Amino acid sequence: MVNASTRVVITGVGAITPVGTDAPATWQSMLAGRSGVRALTADWAERLPCQIAAPAAADPATMIDRVQARKLDRCEMFALIAAREAWADAGKPDVDPQRLGVVVASGIGGISSTLTAYDTLRERGWQRLSPFTVPMLMPNGSAGWLSIEFGAQAGVHTPVSACASGAEAIAYGIDMIKSGRADVVIAGGTEAAIIELNIAAFAAMRALSLRNDEPERASRPFDRGRDGFVLGEGAGIVILESEAHAAGRDARVYAVAAGAGYSCDAHHIAQPDPTGTGARLAITRALANSGVMAKQLVHVNAHATSTPAGDVLEARAIAAALGEAAAGVVVSSTKSMTGHLLGGAGAVESVAAVMALRDRMAPPTINLDDPEFDLGVEIAVKPTELHAQGSEPMAVLNNSFGFGGSNVAVVFTDA
Amino acid sequence: MAITQEEILAGLSEIIDEIAGVPADEVTPDKTFVDDLDIDSLSMVEIAVAAQDKFGVEIPDDQLKDLKTVQDVIDYVGRASVSA
Repeated sequence: MVNASTRVVITGVGAITPVGTDAPATWQSMLAGRSGVRALTADWAERLPCQIAAPAAADPATMIDRVQARKLDRCEMFALIAAREAWADAGKPDVDPQRLGVVVASGIGGISSTLTAYDTLRERGWQRLSPFTVPMLMPNGSAGWLSIEFGAQAGVHTPVSACASGAEAIAYGIDMIKSGRADVVIAGGTEAAIIELNIAAFAAMRALSLRNDEPERASRPFDRGRDGFVLGEGAGIVILESEAHAAGRDARVYAVAAGAGYSCDAHHIAQPDPTGTGARLAITRALANSGVMAKQLVHVNAHATSTPAGDVLEARAIAAALGEAAAGVVVSSTKSMTGHLLGGAGAVESVAAVMALRDRMAPPTINLDDPEFDLGVEIAVKPTELHAQGSEPMAVLNNSFGFGGSNVAVVFTDA
Repeated sequence: MAITQEEILAGLSEIIDEIAGVPADEVTPDKTFVDDLDIDSLSMVEIAVAAQDKFGVEIPDDQLKDLKTVQDVIDYVGRASVSA
């Protein structure tokens, strides 16, 4: 039973991304318009049409105890690093373990561990497989490890919805608290998929940018010269907390995690519905679920991945969902800098949206030299101040859409 | 020439440090893997496989479950390497 009167707030944030090893560094890089996209130097890249990606700003194995790192997939390391940061940032909440939950998603899970294990199996036999192979490859591995790290016994969940996974995890976490199942939830998403198979597979579906000679200019959402997304990696985590619990310990509050909206395109397994109906529905449902009026919305961190099909449809869906209020909204795609973190994207971009709300500043969408016509919304090309349209609290939105037709929109408002 | 108890202990200590992060000076013959060294059953499997490779002996699963202490492994490897 959802208690509509329970408000959920964000009391901590954490991130490790292609543009920063923590949330503050990531946010500063975003405001500075720094690209994390690089040329791939691995031998296998020479065999592929796409030879660029956005690796994390640091090797996560150097940030985790060696013995623990042996048992973790790279995506689990990212999740652990971001969660430790978020937990510390929240002041390490004193919470009943049975009221502490974890919702951490991944689009793919431990894919590099899967492939490494397969090579070991073929070359050296089953006995040489790490006994931790299964927990390294399972998509809920990150969530499970975090539950142990923080002693979270309220429930541990892993919603999997491709590139919407990170946002869906935060949305699920909000619902966990509103439904009375938890007081505090560690929520977010993680991905570590910059490996030969994934680059090849996304290239096979013609989804990736092939601007190999200009890596930092390759991710260019809303630009007429865009030719696909750039694969990124990393994790974002937020600490969600019931407002009462946060108030009870005088916690610093970044924002209200007001609510979320979901929809499904039911159109194509990997292409957006050209009518944009699903995206529009997710946005209008998120606003309704949050009790937020369109005119309160000042900023959207867009899903916009720099693919030819998706960006324009999303911009028009935002405009359609908001009607006249669209004129007061500044839209950014931070994927222009981080690349696309797949299951980590919605979480990192929710962190960015919350920082934008706090600082009253939308980050730039870099490489937008030649914008598409008729987008119907303003796209920030430089850091852009956010202004309230009235006396109501300001609100920001994160859009995340995934293969399979998943659309998730999450709303954050002033505390 | 048979491997000595000291050599087995030294080799085993290296393996346990690598896999479980237990410093070599804590790996003494009387210690139990689970209670004293805080090594779980999955890591124990990894240690056993590494020990098989290092000492050239087989440690079947039904034997592994009886190896509770560091001395148990030293004795087992000592016996198995003599008979091998």
